[in-house]
Amino acid sequence: MQLTSKQSIASALALASCSLLSQQVSAVEMTPTNDDWKVDAAIMYYGEQDRVQAAEVIGNVQKAFGDSSLLDLKIVVDSLTGASASGAVAQDESQTFTRPSGDGQYTVDVGETPLDDTFHDTRVQLSANWQEVLNQDWTGNVGVYGSKEFDYLSMGINAGLERSFNKNNTTLALSGAFSNDVVDPVGGRPVAMSQMVFRGNYATDTDYQAAFDQTRLDGDDTKQTSDIMFGVTQIINRNWLMQANYGLSSVSGYMTDPYKILSEVDVNGQTQAYRYENRPDSRLKHSVFLLTKGALDSGVVDFSYRYSTDDWDIQSHTLETHYRYYFSPSMYGQLHLRYYQQQAAEFYQPFLMSGDAIPEFASADYRIGDMTAYTIGLKFGQRLSGGHELSYRIEYYQQNPENNGTELPGQLQNYDLFPAVKAIVAQVSYSF
Amino acid sequence: MTKAFYKPLAKAAVALAIVNILAGCSSLGVQPWEKDQLARADMALNSEKLDLALDDHIYFSKEGTSGGRSLAGGGCGCN
Repeated sequence: MQLTSKQSIASALALASCSLLSQQVSAVEMTPTNDDWKVDAAIMYYGEQDRVQAAEVIGNVQKAFGDSSLLDLKIVVDSLTGASASGAVAQDESQTFTRPSGDGQYTVDVGETPLDDTFHDTRVQLSANWQEVLNQDWTGNVGVYGSKEFDYLSMGINAGLERSFNKNNTTLALSGAFSNDVVDPVGGRPVAMSQMVFRGNYATDTDYQAAFDQTRLDGDDTKQTSDIMFGVTQIINRNWLMQANYGLSSVSGYMTDPYKILSEVDVNGQTQAYRYENRPDSRLKHSVFLLTKGALDSGVVDFSYRYSTDDWDIQSHTLETHYRYYFSPSMYGQLHLRYYQQQAAEFYQPFLMSGDAIPEFASADYRIGDMTAYTIGLKFGQRLSGGHELSYRIEYYQQNPENNGTELPGQLQNYDLFPAVKAIVAQVSYSF
Repeated sequence: MTKAFYKPLAKAAVALAIVNILAGCSSLGVQPWEKDQLARADMALNSEKLDLALDDHIYFSKEGTSGGRSLAGGGCGCN
């Protein structure tokens, strides 16, 4: 615009001041203004109907050193209890299972989905990340993390590099991570596809223990994960930006769930035996993630889509959106919607047929079966004095496992072998 | 109408779309003084870092796929 007269200068100034005023109302600044420490803390409860209950506490501290360095420390403590689906199918009669430790048994009622109620764990995770602005165009970061739970130890390192172009409108990022995990299941790792043994079938404890030991491998096992991610962030215009990521993840080592089993059924659908599952020891995953985020006059909105595929044949599509609306400069409400759909792993099967050859790999874990899931969430945030912020979040999450096309013999047709899993997430967060 | 009639039309449409996207790219972005809205804290890609971390952990342990937004990571025996 060319300013040719005093009048147009005046009107331009008026326009500019109007836009400044309107920004003051709409642009709610959430970061603290006067110090270089930032603390975010949250406590979350996750509860499934009749199944897993989890409580998680998370704390994140950020400390800036000058304009170019940023230290990020995070601690997560979580505790899990409750029951999870063992993979066995419901039956016309009650079923008795040997606990994963081999010590004791548990019984599941007629028609009930077998749940292993021994699920119990506490996990502590610590991580640290250092970010350094190297110069006007380059930023680098390095990090370490470790996580420990009763039967699992994970240690990892990660590093990343970012390069800005085009007046900082375009940012390319390349990052990588490597982790080494040690798996040491309760009762030892089951021998792949071996049959569960029962105390009642043996005369003495010694005989039973000897038979149980035959189904177990000595010592622990490891799993290595290598991740590489390439990302582009592009500013579209004054209000919108977008991000595109491509991720490649290679996992090798022990990926079997030592606590999951499969029922072996006859033509009437009656269970003849239970076998411990087995999964391949390598997996290569690709993912593409697209996100666009926009600043609205009275809020923020984002939309994302993720496509993921791997050589286990699990493909998934995830659509997600967050929409935040400011009721006032210090208060907002936010809606979260997510839809997820996945296709079963090639070795997934809801049960085994007795008489058929025992496959090398098989799992009845619904989490790698055909499934859709959705999340509906609401969050309310309130800005307090001194830049503090308090927020509450409540979400409903439902998984709908589906039959992957397996024909159900006999009595199995009477039961819901793919029951929905319904969960509530409640969270309180505080930042200062 | 036949398929043969559609084919060149479709090709032209695709070519036009590509030209449009390329032309669009050249005007993508803003001047440094136009970044007011984008600089808002709630526009940062990690503005809800803890929520995203907690969500990732839930979905990681309950679904067959993980990661995408950032490095998949892991660090628990829940999947």
